[in-house]
Amino acid sequence: MRGNLAKAFELTNTQVFRRAALPKTYTDLLGRKLFLFLLTVQGLGAFALITLGVILRKSGVAKNVIRPRIRQEIARAGVALLPMFLFVALALGFLVVGQTVSALAKVGAINYLGSTMVIVVVRELGPLLAAMLVLARVGAANVIELGTARAMGEVEALEALGIDPVHYLIVPRVIGMALGIFSLTVYLIIVALGSGYLFAFLQDVPLTPGDYFKQLVESLGWLDFALLALKTIAFGFFIAIVTCYHGLAQPLHLEEVSRVAVRAVTQGVIVCVLIDALFIVLYLLT
Amino acid sequence: MSENQNIPAIDMRGVSVGAMRDASFTVVEDVSWSVAAGEFWVIAGQEHSGKSDLLMLAAGLMSPVAGSYKLFGKDTINFGEAELAERLRVGFVFQGGQLFNQLTIAENVALPLQYGQNLSPDAAALEVRALLELMELAPLADVTPSNIAANWRQRAALARALILKPEVLLLDNPLSGLGARHLQWWLRFLDQLSRGHEQFGGGPMTMVATADDLRPWQNARRKFALLRDKKFTLLGSWSQMETANDPVVKELLAVQVETTI
Repeated sequence: MRGNLAKAFELTNTQVFRRAALPKTYTDLLGRKLFLFLLTVQGLGAFALITLGVILRKSGVAKNVIRPRIRQEIARAGVALLPMFLFVALALGFLVVGQTVSALAKVGAINYLGSTMVIVVVRELGPLLAAMLVLARVGAANVIELGTARAMGEVEALEALGIDPVHYLIVPRVIGMALGIFSLTVYLIIVALGSGYLFAFLQDVPLTPGDYFKQLVESLGWLDFALLALKTIAFGFFIAIVTCYHGLAQPLHLEEVSRVAVRAVTQGVIVCVLIDALFIVLYLLT
Repeated sequence: MSENQNIPAIDMRGVSVGAMRDASFTVVEDVSWSVAAGEFWVIAGQEHSGKSDLLMLAAGLMSPVAGSYKLFGKDTINFGEAELAERLRVGFVFQGGQLFNQLTIAENVALPLQYGQNLSPDAAALEVRALLELMELAPLADVTPSNIAANWRQRAALARALILKPEVLLLDNPLSGLGARHLQWWLRFLDQLSRGHEQFGGGPMTMVATADDLRPWQNARRKFALLRDKKFTLLGSWSQMETANDPVVKELLAVQVETTI
């Protein structure tokens, strides 16, 4: 247990490189940046594997403590964000989907509406937008909370009390965020598709609700549902890993917390884009 | 006396201690020190002398950089989850408390019990309530740590460490910054624990406290050691320490005052 956090953090002692003198040449700078990047990837990978190991190995440990914490995290990364997601989904429907529907109608390509909506909203915009919103709203809070807890010595206090910090602090956040992003994406897609049709309907687009629904159903395959679930869970898992890792790994002093939060959110965005690119390849292959 | 009682609770041989925040930096070297069951040790030292790091190592939270450290007779080099039960025989009170700010005082105290024994809040409530009442913390049970004074936070940290009924209690500078009333309460309560308190099994509790001011710790039963310039020096009893011609000890004893215990 004592080793769980230490293992991941020792693998990426980036402070050594950050403290070093400024490079004399651009080659040095490039080399150092590359090295830092590889160390961060290694640290994040190790942290993700350790967290997965703890999830699997300790699924039955201290259920009376961990399950309420998971419910709390689901509420924080899911239920509490519903009003904001409802607003964003309505806006997305009116601004993007509605205009796409009316544009397709104008060029006589209304038959392609279903497949366009599935590609744009179900496969791409819905999951990515949901992930970005949760990253901004909950991911940043994760870094600040954990960074402050680490700087205040709460992690050492947990270890002294025989409580595995990964199990108590990280596992509920990872599970909560994965389930939260998955559920919020489903709501976002349904509301955006509905409000989008409403906007098109108000513009007198010649498409009945029945035809619109039929086109959507025909364009959606079982693979879309499976990959949507996988993708959103992957977004949630990795956003939680990146933000928790930076919260716990780096801020040993309170003044470092804000700087680390910015870095974690930036890396979270990069990770989401990379996951999205990976799923595009998967869609193209299937 | 059984064989287990003859095994020292803490046994260090040639131990070097790394800093908690950077293990590559050695803060204390060549510690050879043994704490028998029931003893009460006070480790004196100025700020940043490595007292907290030594105590963290004694709690099994860090491995020694060099030397061997046995906790209840078990080597701590590979102290992992399998040895958790041994480690939980040691309670730890951090300087400043280091309570969990998101939880109330009652939740802070209940957490180790709930986690270790997989108890629901209701199942742990009775035991937690009894301990909070004993320590006069019951009126603050539903308040979060940031809303109470530092004196009470420190006391809540002691309650959190005691909920698991440890055999050894490690206290990191527990009297630092306490008001006079709280200071007296602490000295009285620690003395009760050291002699044996019925709520914690009745047997004498082994204790190690660190201090940067030795004046409140005057007591013939206590043993003293000093940390200075990375060196750990055993000073013996209060009277032996008083007669030691050490400038740091004199500094830590700056003004001699009478304590109630």
